[in-house]
Amino acid sequence: MDILLQQIINGLVLGSMYALIALGYTMVYGIIQLINFAHGEVLMIGVLTSWSIIGAMQEAMPNTPGWIILLIATLIACVVAAVLNFTIEKLAYRPLRNSPRLAPLITAIGMSILLQTLAMIIWKPNYKPYPTLLPMEPFDVAGAVITPTQILVLGVTAVVLAVLMYLVNYTRLGRAMRATAENPRVAALMGIKPDMVISATFVIGAVLAAIAGVLWASNYGTAQHTMGFLPGLKAFIAAVFGGIGNLAGAVVGAMILGLVEAIGAGYIGQLTGGVLGSQYVDIFSFIVLIIVLTLRPSGLLGERVADRA
Amino acid sequence: MKNNKIQFILGAIALLVLPLILQSFGNAWVRIADLALLYVLLALGLNIVVGFAGLLDLGYVAFYAVGAYMLGLMASPHLAETFEGFKAMFPNGLHTSIWLVIPLAALLAAVAGMILGFPVLKLRGDYLAIVTLGFGEIIRIFMLNLDQPVNITNGPKGLGQIDSIKIFGFDFGKPLEIAGHTISSVTLYYYLFLVLVVASVVICYRLQDSRIGRAWMAIREDEIAAKAMGINTRNLKLMAFGMGATFGGVSGAMFAGFQGFVSPESFSLMESIMIVAMVVLGGLGHIPGVILGAVLLSALPEVLRYVAGPLQELTDGRLDASILRQLLIAVAMIVVMLLRPRGLWPAPEHGKSAIQKD
Repeated sequence: MDILLQQIINGLVLGSMYALIALGYTMVYGIIQLINFAHGEVLMIGVLTSWSIIGAMQEAMPNTPGWIILLIATLIACVVAAVLNFTIEKLAYRPLRNSPRLAPLITAIGMSILLQTLAMIIWKPNYKPYPTLLPMEPFDVAGAVITPTQILVLGVTAVVLAVLMYLVNYTRLGRAMRATAENPRVAALMGIKPDMVISATFVIGAVLAAIAGVLWASNYGTAQHTMGFLPGLKAFIAAVFGGIGNLAGAVVGAMILGLVEAIGAGYIGQLTGGVLGSQYVDIFSFIVLIIVLTLRPSGLLGERVADRA
Repeated sequence: MKNNKIQFILGAIALLVLPLILQSFGNAWVRIADLALLYVLLALGLNIVVGFAGLLDLGYVAFYAVGAYMLGLMASPHLAETFEGFKAMFPNGLHTSIWLVIPLAALLAAVAGMILGFPVLKLRGDYLAIVTLGFGEIIRIFMLNLDQPVNITNGPKGLGQIDSIKIFGFDFGKPLEIAGHTISSVTLYYYLFLVLVVASVVICYRLQDSRIGRAWMAIREDEIAAKAMGINTRNLKLMAFGMGATFGGVSGAMFAGFQGFVSPESFSLMESIMIVAMVVLGGLGHIPGVILGAVLLSALPEVLRYVAGPLQELTDGRLDASILRQLLIAVAMIVVMLLRPRGLWPAPEHGKSAIQKD
């Protein structure tokens, strides 16, 4: 029983991190129908930046409490990621706004390789231990354990989601974003500047990704130049799963994906009598994705079937 | 017309002489040419799916893997070494003839292509892309982990000692002596792959101009209209997946025979993405463009690997050859798309083709 509870906790934590990343994918997709393949790499650059900052601060001010260092490092990581994503959009995606649909996809893939390569040159390709800045003692919850970092992940995700929902639903910028997603041309006629809205979307997405990345690295304790790829891919699956372009869908999709992975990893050995091990866990997410998309081609909460080739 | 013929003959002679010239600089250069030809083959196959039928497939490398592992299992001692039963049946190991393996690899890949195609028929565009990507990863995870509890793929270690390709008793794995000149094994493979590429180009052109090809393009341009005109979109899409996968399967088998070794590392998602990039960068749906894209993206970075030495010294080893190669691929992808969003050599008549924004 406590194994199940433990896996549910792990799944929710994993799902929260996927959700933060998936929102960035889904917002960008909702507005310009681009799969931003470089999103995971923006996350990775954010994490490595925070890693450098933490290292520098621990050296310069050894007596600062851990959470302050983490906070400052996260803020700087957010700023760097935001500037980076803003620049990428301007240089690599905006000029291709009216080109064939595959062209920006290819520049996005190119950008993702480019960022990984640059990170490798700047930070060297080795794995870096990500410092533990929070207390380590886990709490006991009805037989399962939860670490302070995991609590932080859940808490931060809840707060960020609330802020984002407020932003999208109740502010001028949010209304402009929804209008642009619906129809950029009409939105422009209403006095909205689509280019600004798109830039703002990329900036918000990058901030969410950087936060998710710092949480990810704190939770798993390592950082490296390839670390953006897998969370990026999973978050993208989560976004498609929930119905891409739909914010609530991204969160629901991410949570389900996290739970499926965690529970799957915990039980696959028993279920198959040891034939399949936890290394098959990635297969689950893909199989669940294929089943859901077969039954509901527009995702769980998606309204329309994407009507483009 | 006459001019065209002369160009054609000159081109053919150049292609035939190329490996002999490269050979004198060392076999590594011929190897690059061989791999470039394999990529041309793959890109032509993917072009059927993405370029003709407009179905974005990000898991294409799965079929390449299917073909490669097919030959790997059927022409290496692995199965006989692992299974007692096999050893009893084939004491010298399984060395299946290429005439059996290649059709089987093609068939298996085609079936895999259709299995993938079936659940995704209803999906379009980006949804399709992500499902195919997932399919490719599923195949890769299986290759990586099917060494337990029954050792089929030998896991991350891969399959080695695969027989070289033999046709009518002619072994491509051994150098050939003609009148005192030695033609190395890689050069022989070059000619084999060239023949395959030429055959594929012919097949692709015939397909493009056939009823099926026209129907694919109709689906690509407007699926609903195509359906209204009485085109069976379901069967044709499955056929596109199957046909594209066949190319992948055959090239995979060739790759396995050429390398003598296969491992899951050669079939990563990056590889799929590179093949898509070749097709799009060259010119989606335009056969000469696709060939150009494949040659550029596969051969150029390899060539650069050899010239990168001085640059590495300049930057005290930080910018080593493989990083530089990756950097150049990335920059090329971005710059080419920004300057020529329809690809380097786009199809003239489908100027405002496909895959365009609505």
